[in-house]
Formats: sequence, structure tokens, C-alpha cells
Amino acid sequence: MTDEKSTQGQESGLPATTGEQSSVGVRHGMFGVKGSGDTSGYGGMVTPTVYPAATERPYGGWFDEVADSLERATGGAGVSQAIGSVVVHRGEITFHVAREHLLTVARVLRDDPALRFEFCSGVSGVHYPDDLGRELHVVLHLTSMTWNRRVRVETSCPDSDPHVPSTVSVYPANDWHERETWDMFGIQFDGHPSLTRILMPDDWPGHPQRKDYPLGGIPVEYKGGTVPPPDQRRSYN
Amino acid sequence: MTTTDQTQTNEDLYAGTSETSEGRVFTVTGQDWDEISSSLADGQEERVVVNMGPQHPSTHGVLRLILELEGETVTEARCGIGYLHTGIEKNMEFRTWTQGVTFCTRMDYLSPFYNEMTYVLGTERLLDIEGDVPEKAQVMRVLLMELNRISSHLVAIATGGMEIGALTVMTIGFRERELVLDLFELITGLRMNHAFIRPGGVAQDLPVGALDEIRDFIALMKKRLPEYAALCNANPIFKRRLEGVGHLDLEGCLALGLTGPVLRSTGYPWDLRKTQPYCGYEDYEFDVQTWDTSDAYGRFRVRLGEMWESLRIVEQAADRLAGLEGAPVMVADKKIGWPSQLSIGSDGQGNSLDHIKHIMGESMEALIHHFKLVTEGFRVPPGQAYVPIESPRGELGAHVVSDGGTRPFRAHFRDPSFSNLQATSVMSEGGMVADVIVAIASIDPVMGGVDR
Repeated sequence: MTDEKSTQGQESGLPATTGEQSSVGVRHGMFGVKGSGDTSGYGGMVTPTVYPAATERPYGGWFDEVADSLERATGGAGVSQAIGSVVVHRGEITFHVAREHLLTVARVLRDDPALRFEFCSGVSGVHYPDDLGRELHVVLHLTSMTWNRRVRVETSCPDSDPHVPSTVSVYPANDWHERETWDMFGIQFDGHPSLTRILMPDDWPGHPQRKDYPLGGIPVEYKGGTVPPPDQRRSYN
Repeated sequence: MTTTDQTQTNEDLYAGTSETSEGRVFTVTGQDWDEISSSLADGQEERVVVNMGPQHPSTHGVLRLILELEGETVTEARCGIGYLHTGIEKNMEFRTWTQGVTFCTRMDYLSPFYNEMTYVLGTERLLDIEGDVPEKAQVMRVLLMELNRISSHLVAIATGGMEIGALTVMTIGFRERELVLDLFELITGLRMNHAFIRPGGVAQDLPVGALDEIRDFIALMKKRLPEYAALCNANPIFKRRLEGVGHLDLEGCLALGLTGPVLRSTGYPWDLRKTQPYCGYEDYEFDVQTWDTSDAYGRFRVRLGEMWESLRIVEQAADRLAGLEGAPVMVADKKIGWPSQLSIGSDGQGNSLDHIKHIMGESMEALIHHFKLVTEGFRVPPGQAYVPIESPRGELGAHVVSDGGTRPFRAHFRDPSFSNLQATSVMSEGGMVADVIVAIASIDPVMGGVDR
């Protein structure tokens, strides 16, 4: 509470990146036109989707303190290499954690006196179908009210094995959030007290927020032509 | 309603009973409780399960409550949600970043500006234009948000009052809310679903005469707000219904992720406007309202106090706006800023005649630029951002993810109603069934935000 440093205070002196790029997917063209219909030439454009690369120390500001404390505490807990990579981007710090270490890291973040991230804003899922081997991401936003700091913890699991340990035992607030993420992405949170659907009906097939979920819009017919569902329409990309 | 009891024939077409493997099920629609109590009177079973809602006047929208009762004591309370799920987050993935605002404004329908704001702040952070948004846009955002806080708290107090039978609180609450909505209509053109806060600024400038209307409103509210205190603060019936009900202490709030008035009613002054300021809140003078009773009455008093503080901020924002006449309300970067500043012409349409003249008669490039920006939108660099704000109900945040395209790759909203509603069980179990209503009203969930 007393620490007035806010997450926005990172603008000056951006930390160096490792230079290793995390490319997840490729974008082709500009207008969604494929084949001979494209006379603009833009259809041949290939743009890789590159997310901010892992950051090298120093991260700047209090980020280093948090990273130090986290490394020290997880090392003591007998988990080496718990923190996969750290990304500092736009003044926010993200700790990428392997799923088997998620619970340990969450517990340390909550309980360590130098960290004290006692509040979890919830769980968000993201589906990156082209990030092979780690298609489903689980994102936690943690707040330390003691230190007035925010961090993001991210973990991932493959589509073929959509299991992530549940953090409800550490943050009971995540109960409904994990149910929502299961409902929307099909990520199974092992150890959740009752992982059932929450927003969709109980007998709903599929998980709507996944990128491969068919939208099934009704084609609108007009003078012989049809307007397909939004994910199959021609669009800017 | 389920109970194990002996069978009895029932002639009522609308309120029948049936036997199931779980016991006897009554269907009631109101006004026919006598029959149930008489048929239960000779039974040994005291335990009944009441399914309340999803359509019920006291559940704050389409919320379904499953209550297990022993007599009038609630032994277990569970929520069923999802009845208002509309897939807004999924829809936003198929619209441009600017169009996304028109979707998320519809989530929590009592605080539309906050939904827009948190999404827009995340987008601006990804665009790296946080420092470039003009001052006037920031002041207008603060003005609209604080007016919105007043209207939202008015509904919370009004419906909460109605649910315990204080109908006058309801009527005067909606009377004042209407004044706020009139201001919204004047400034944005709509009473709700404004889509007014856009990435880079706001949709248009303050209309002529708006500041006078705002000042009139402030003067009127200063007379009207004391009425709530006079009606409720020391009212013995009101206090006996609210005091000690829905108790949740600080540890419980943190563990269950509760924020907003519920957290502040425990005495902890956590308000993101103070602790992690955004939109220039550090430049305004206001106090964080707290109470120390951790109950429904404390939350009522926190909301009442926050309306006064919001009024203070609105006053300061109006003063600042008076000195910002003619200043820009959209970021100067032409690749992001909406091309035309709308104005209501003599034909009643929202086109700026100067802009139409420019793109149709003077500059082909301006026409192309307008067309490209409106249809294609702008590209947002890849990455993710989460910029939470203090909505009337607590921490509202949008986790926005971009893959570098013209549309959000993912937008997830952490709605405070969703998190806060998890406390229903712990707030109401062990209490009386009538207090469940008060406990939920003190959380003030808005189902549009819960289900999204």
C-alpha cells in the first residue's frame, strides 16, 4: 500500500531482450483474398506473428526485486528452473511457468513476505492454435496489495493433453474463473473441487472460445449468393 | 421446491406437484404458498430445497439461487449463472479494435463507460500511446465515469431498497438516475450502450451547453443526495434489515477475490483510482470511502459516500473542461484517431459537413484514409495487456491479446460482479432466507457483466 511505484513506471530505459523470437503463426495477405482473384499483389504478403521476446536482466524498477525473491523462494522449495522465461512488455511483467510448477510458484507468490501477491484477479485462457505443443495458455493476474504491484503468471498446455493444476487451493477466488476457462477452452484444472460448466448449458458440446470452434452462423442467401459465418468471411487479416 | 412428503392430488394448472426420485417437487409461481405450507405441515421433513429464479424480482437479474433450507435458515446456498451469456468476448474477435467498444459496453449495463474504459486502456497500452491521449479526452473520460458511478450506485441502492420493501428509496433512486442518463444522452447521444470511449480518446467533443447542464445537475444532486441519508442512515427498520447481514471480513474478501464497496466496507481503503491511478485520477481531490462493519449496511454507507466523492470529482472535471474548450479529444496520430469528428448537422445527421466536404470534394487521399481506417481499422502490435480500473463494483479489467492484426486476438473481461458473486454462499449460509436477498443486493451483481 505504501509503495507508490505503479506498473506504469517502466517507460524509461527499456530492458534488453534476449533477441530470441517467439513466433506463433503466420499471416498471409491483407484482405483475405486467395488465389487468382487477388490482383493487388498484397495476397503474397507473409507476416509472421511475433510476440515480445523474453527479456534479459535487468528488468528495471521493482521487477528485479520480485524476480529475485521468486527465484530465491522457488529454489528453496526444491524447484529449480520453475520460472521458464520472463517477458517485460509495455510496463507489465509476465512470468512464464511450466505447468508442473504453477502451484509452487503461486504459493510462493502469495506467501513469501517479499512478494505477498495476496489477490488474484482471476484466470484467463488464450488459445494459440499455431503455438505448437503449447496451444492453450492460462493467464493469471496477481496483485500485491502490500507492495502495490501487479504481475502476470502464464502457463500453457498442449491441445492433446489439456491439463493444468488448479490454483483454487491457493487462490479460492479462482473457483469460478477456472470453471469459466474450462467451459470456454476445455482446459481441465486438476484438483478443482467441481469443474463444471458455468456459462454455457451443462449439456453443451464443445468449448466456444477455442479458435477451432465452428461458429456455425446461418448463411444468409441473397440473389443466389450467401454470406458465410464470420470466421469464414473475407476479412482484413 | 423439493421435499419428501406423502402424495396429494393437485388441481392447479400452473402450480402442480410431481413425485421424483429426489422427492416431491412443487412448482410455485407466487401467491400459492399456503398450499405448500399446509401440505408440509404434517410431514416430518424440515429440509426443503428452493430453486429461486432465474426469473425472480429479487435476484438482481437472471440469477438462479439454489437454497437448501431448514425451516427459515439457509444451510446451503449456490448460484446458477450463465442465463445472460451472449458471447461478447468471442464476438469481439471478429470486429476491429474500435468496434470492440460497441460490444463490451453492453456487458455490465449499469456501468457501460467502465467496460469501454478498461478495454480502451488495454488497447492504448498495446499501441503504446498511453501518453499521447489528449488531456481533454482524459478529463471527459473521468467525468463520464464518475457520473456513471453515481448512476450505478443509485441503482444499487434503489433496487436494494426495493427488495427489502423500501419502495421510496427505489423511486427516488431511479428519479436521480434519470438525471444522469439525461446527461449521458446529451453528451454521447445515448442513455446506455454509448461506445463513446474509443482507443485514442473519445468519440466526439462536449456539445454546446453541456457544462451548464452538468453544473445544474451537481447543484441539484447536492440537495437530493442528503435525502438518501435522511431516509435510510438511521432508519431503524432499514438498519435492522442490513446490519450484520452478509458479513464478510477482509481475509474472506481477499481469498474470494472481492473488491469494490464490499472490500472497502471492511475498512481497507483499496481503490485503484488512488493506488494505481489511470486517466489522470491522481490530479483529482477525493477521499476513499470505507466503513468498518463488513456488512450490508457498511456497503450501503460506502456507496452513499462514494456518490458524494464522485460528485466532487465531476465538479473538478467540469471546471477543468471549462478551460479546455476547443482542445482535441482524439489522439493526434492519424493512423489511429477516428478520421471525422462527428457533429449534428442541420439535417439532424451526425456528419461533420466540413469533413464530408474535405473527403468528397478536396482530397482523394483523405477519402481513402477515412475508408481504410473505418473498414480495416488499425493494427495493434502483438502482446498482451491488463489495465484494471475501479468500477462501481470493484476491479474491472480487460485482458487484451493482440496478434498484430486489426482485430483483438482475445479479449477477456475480469468482471467484478462475477468474482464478487462467489461470496453468495459464505455470506448467506447460516442466516435467514430473507437475508439472502439483502446479502446479494449488497454485492450488487449485474448479470450482464457476470455472464458476458
